[in-house]
Amino acid sequence: MHYNWNWGIFWQESPDGVSTYMDTLLAGLKWTLALSISAWIMALVIGTVIGTIRTMPNKWAVRLANGYVELFRNIPLIVQMFLWYFVMPEIVPASIGNWLKSLPNASFITAFLALGFFTSSRIAVQVSAGINALPRGQKLAGTALGLTLPQTYRYVLLPMSFRIIIPSLTNEFAAIIKNSSVALTIGLVELTAATYSMREFTFQTFESLTGATVIYVLISGIALLLARWLEKAIAIPGFIASGSANTGGH
Amino acid sequence: MFSNFDFDVIQRSWFYLFTTGMKFTLTLTLVAMVGGILFGTVLAMMRLSHSKTISLIATSYVNLIRSVPLVLVIFWFYFLVPYIGAWIIGAKEPVQVGAFSSALITFILFEAAYYCEIMRSGIQSIPRGQVSAGYALGMNYWQMMGNVVLPQAFRNMIPILLTQTIVLFQDVSLVYVLGSVPDFVTVASKIAQRDGRLVEMYMFVAVVYFVMSFGLSTLVKKLQHKVAIIR
Repeated sequence: MHYNWNWGIFWQESPDGVSTYMDTLLAGLKWTLALSISAWIMALVIGTVIGTIRTMPNKWAVRLANGYVELFRNIPLIVQMFLWYFVMPEIVPASIGNWLKSLPNASFITAFLALGFFTSSRIAVQVSAGINALPRGQKLAGTALGLTLPQTYRYVLLPMSFRIIIPSLTNEFAAIIKNSSVALTIGLVELTAATYSMREFTFQTFESLTGATVIYVLISGIALLLARWLEKAIAIPGFIASGSANTGGH
Repeated sequence: MFSNFDFDVIQRSWFYLFTTGMKFTLTLTLVAMVGGILFGTVLAMMRLSHSKTISLIATSYVNLIRSVPLVLVIFWFYFLVPYIGAWIIGAKEPVQVGAFSSALITFILFEAAYYCEIMRSGIQSIPRGQVSAGYALGMNYWQMMGNVVLPQAFRNMIPILLTQTIVLFQDVSLVYVLGSVPDFVTVASKIAQRDGRLVEMYMFVAVVYFVMSFGLSTLVKKLQHKVAIIR
């Protein structure tokens, strides 16, 4: 077996002549974090709205929200990225399409939209599961106190359910960081893509892949520690912590 | 908006798309599901083992795989498998294993980590009394596991195992990053680029995936009601 190991490769100069390959990886990491965090915020906002609608009394609103969830859940993320990147600019009016294509960070914006909508449907499921897990009496008590339905959601149901679903939300945050790597297929040079380009220049395949793997493992380790701390800090007294649910998905 | 939508390109290529791309995607999904569940069950039994070392090995493997993106894992195995092959048969040069085997090994090893967690909670959902009862009947560990615990764990977990398989079916689309594996997305995108018909092709791919995944998950929901063990 011939493979020449060279761990020093990370400190060597990359083809741009100014930075090292380590800088290449860190630049990729920055894109990964920027994409994950911005898409996470979008997913959390939309997911909460859709998830709440799924528990409302209005049948048609529930159907619409369910349709939203099914739409974004049943198409692979990579295909959704292609739809936003290649298809969307073509089916909107030509002037908007041309404007979209000429944006300086077109691939970042598309990846943000794709990842945000994709994740929002998964968060919606968790939010509505959290609300449904609350005893029915909570909603009745809210109404009995004279709160309107929106107020009951705002002051009783949502704060309770969010504390219950913290473990699945942190799982989802770990997932969004991993899913952000799919953005390399539309040309965003995030961490995995940076690794791949480093490999193409240096042929030090395993060193570059190891570099990225170590970074991903560190991030998910940090996320895990934060999650544990958060779960303890905001656990509802009297409720048994549900723990990380081992269900399907990533 | 759809004035120059060209349905012709779909009509021309759908047969090829399904007999090549979708056939490959489904084959990979099914074989990886069987392999992943088998290896995942072994991993789950290892994680629950009394031996600290065995349980630590399985736990580290599962946690490592679960913290790395699938795209990166695909790259890892694509480059690593030829070297492992060479190491096993003692060859001097990396062995060319072909795109299908490489993708298959990747998905079995990757999905096994997820199936393992499902099987682990399945095994843990079996009351301890069942284990004791098995031993009391004079069974050894393997008989107890094979005849008492695992059949019940599988039955409890069938809906979640199938849901994970739908995720796997969608995950297979990521072999696109290798460019050389003829899965549904790769084949469709090659035709799309050749004919300059990205809009039509990608929308068609999305519709096909939607219909199949939605259909399968509806079936799984129905099955869930059927297999539920009444307690």
